[in-house]
Amino acid sequence: MALLEVEDLHTYYGNIHALKGISLTVEEGEIVTLIGTNGAGKTTTLNTISRLLTPRQGTVRLEGQDLSHVPAHRLVTMGIVQVPEGRRVFARLTVEENLRMGAFTIKDKAVIDEGIERGYTMFPRLKERSKQVSGTLSGGEQQMLAMARALMAKPRLLLLDEPSMGLAPTLVEFIFETITSIHAEGVSILLVEQNALQALAVASRGYVLQTGKVLMADTAAALAANEDVRRAYLGEI
Amino acid sequence: MTAVTAPPPTVAPIASARDLWLSVAIRTGLIAGATALYLCLTGIVPTFDSRPLIRDVITLGQVALVVAFMAAGLGTAIRLGTQASPGRTVLGGTVAGLIAGAMLSALVLLGSVVDLRAMFLHASPALWNVLTFEMGTSGFWVPAAVGAVLGGLAAAIWLLPGALRMSLLAGLAMVLVMGLFAGLLRAPMLSGPLSGLARQLFAAEGLQPIGALLSFAAGAILVPLFRPSRIRARAQRLSREQRRVTAVPLGGVLLLLVLLLPLGLGPFVAQVVALIALYVLMGLGLNITLGLAGLLDLGFVAFFAVGAYTVGLLTSTGEYGIAQWSFWAAVPVAVVIAMLFGVVLGLPLLGMRGDYLAIATLGFGEIIRILAGSDLLKPWLGGPRGITNIPKPLDVGPDSFLAGPNQIYYIALACAAVIAFVAWRLRASRLGRAWIAIREDEDVAEALGVNLVQTKILAYMLGAAFAGLGGAIFASLYGSVFPSSIQLLVSINVVAIIIVGGMGSIPGVVVGAIVLIGLPELFREFSEYRFLFYGAVLILMMRFRPEGLIPSRIGRQEMHHDAAEDDPLTATAAVEPS
Repeated sequence: MALLEVEDLHTYYGNIHALKGISLTVEEGEIVTLIGTNGAGKTTTLNTISRLLTPRQGTVRLEGQDLSHVPAHRLVTMGIVQVPEGRRVFARLTVEENLRMGAFTIKDKAVIDEGIERGYTMFPRLKERSKQVSGTLSGGEQQMLAMARALMAKPRLLLLDEPSMGLAPTLVEFIFETITSIHAEGVSILLVEQNALQALAVASRGYVLQTGKVLMADTAAALAANEDVRRAYLGEI
Repeated sequence: MTAVTAPPPTVAPIASARDLWLSVAIRTGLIAGATALYLCLTGIVPTFDSRPLIRDVITLGQVALVVAFMAAGLGTAIRLGTQASPGRTVLGGTVAGLIAGAMLSALVLLGSVVDLRAMFLHASPALWNVLTFEMGTSGFWVPAAVGAVLGGLAAAIWLLPGALRMSLLAGLAMVLVMGLFAGLLRAPMLSGPLSGLARQLFAAEGLQPIGALLSFAAGAILVPLFRPSRIRARAQRLSREQRRVTAVPLGGVLLLLVLLLPLGLGPFVAQVVALIALYVLMGLGLNITLGLAGLLDLGFVAFFAVGAYTVGLLTSTGEYGIAQWSFWAAVPVAVVIAMLFGVVLGLPLLGMRGDYLAIATLGFGEIIRILAGSDLLKPWLGGPRGITNIPKPLDVGPDSFLAGPNQIYYIALACAAVIAFVAWRLRASRLGRAWIAIREDEDVAEALGVNLVQTKILAYMLGAAFAGLGGAIFASLYGSVFPSSIQLLVSINVVAIIIVGGMGSIPGVVVGAIVLIGLPELFREFSEYRFLFYGAVLILMMRFRPEGLIPSRIGRQEMHHDAAEDDPLTATAAVEPS
């Protein structure tokens, strides 16, 4: 049974039909990427899975359990955590407080402190800034914080939305290395990226989305080799 | 002359530097003149011409004009800084003052030809006489001359060496403050052993000339000695250990002052101080909903009303009292009922954010006010006549020190201390973090496992509880509750206190309450004009110090956000991926 199973998802913004029947799966231990142009429905898909948006039709199942009636704030305890687009750290909280927010559902103090230490080991930069209000961090540091915060809840499935957006090239490299090492610790990842080339390089499978539908689904290697994909999304003419 | 050959490139900057002082002077003068016109035509100058600042020397109305003229000169000098020679600076100040004065001269001239009273009630011969020292419209040149002299003088003062300048300005400011508060200081002194001194220093209204001289001297000497930057510099030289050792007795002295404050006050000021303490309490309460959870609750007054009416009904010995309980038994009930209202009113608001929430809560405040005064509830709440005969919490004799507003002061103070403690503990708690997270980004907070419904309802309940407590104390402070005492202004005052004081800052709330509640009450003699002051404070604060008078640590850091981004250490490019 797949870890995440999305079936025929239809999501609307008012009258606008944003997702027109998206289906996808993420197996335990996989990195799966969603690529596509702006407005293809990548972020909407993630937000619908994490229940920030309510689908009008279709189901999301975690290990076979239907999530339709699970409130968004309960998903964390079930193992799904989202790193939203644009980082969205809590600007008025310090770095450490942001991490504690990530462990909001965990009551055990020792586990929380251990999680914070783990985050600092992964991103030493954050340790230096632990008492700093996170609104004053640079974009790269905020992305690190957003990822470390999401890991605090010990997710089984991480939903990553555009983690490399707006970052300097060296940092993009670093973020993708981090994604690989998070994956190596046994976390399954559903990754949304504009940067299709690098996303396909770390992922095992990918879905190409266009105007709210799945255009193609294949292994990452096959997608990266596909002529149409290369022309449309990898910037080759 | 048409420019056939291009002028050398150096000519233009020199020319503009030469004209700089003039353009600055003209701009500053126009602003000061507009302000002076405003002061005249709104009636501030003519009305307060009957209120002396220093007896037989200068009236408040004249002071307003003097301040406007001097501000023109000072403003010019400050904006010019070191960019102009001393002579130019003084000349600039004179021109600025002249322009400001000339605008008033023009007003007098215009008034001598056209009757402006159809539009401006205060544009009357009385105003012309104030402006021209009783010379009527033929003395139209007087304001311009006075303006030029004062503007030049003020600019010259700015050129004085730092210490002297500070002393002079501090002395003048002290005269102004003492003159404004003369009545308040005089009344309690007259009844005590200091009555002789009081008569020497203060006139029936304003200062005696000798009092003015002493005030000037006191300001000129004391303010430079105790100015904040100097004290802060001293404090920074102390070691951490020394600072801790000095903080304890300093805190003790401060606490003692706060506790002993009602001792030296007349009944009127005691009432004002109790009101300030009450608003501190409510400000701290709203600080939790607004400052932490970011829920802009303009229906604060609704819960305030619930608390006030509950205590009124339960304790009143008059017509509408139903139980004649003691205050102490009624307060917990009032707080619990206010909390229930908080939940009931909070539930429909859950999906709303920001401005929408503010408008919706505004509606609740109005509903409660109208219900309280309605015929429908008149048999129980007394309609517009309200509930009277609400006893004071402590049953002490009429001569006791604790009779009247003083006991309310202490009760409000004790409650405020408890709330401050709760607020401080909450800030560092899991719930406090969840509130800030919701305020920052509801979606992300929810995605991290925060139950929005539960967390928001808790914030409403807590805010309502504090508002209810405030209302309960209010009812027993005044001994009565009327629908007219639950105005929207109560909500707005509490919000303004937090914003002016500094969002999320506990000392900020105290200072905000003193400035926005205390000062307007103390300036009662200026009747409706004190709300002009209130409005002016709000506008100036938002323009020049948006983080509040005493901002919290986070507020300060946010204001220095730009500086941090410029710091090369935090810039994106400098981050070393490892």
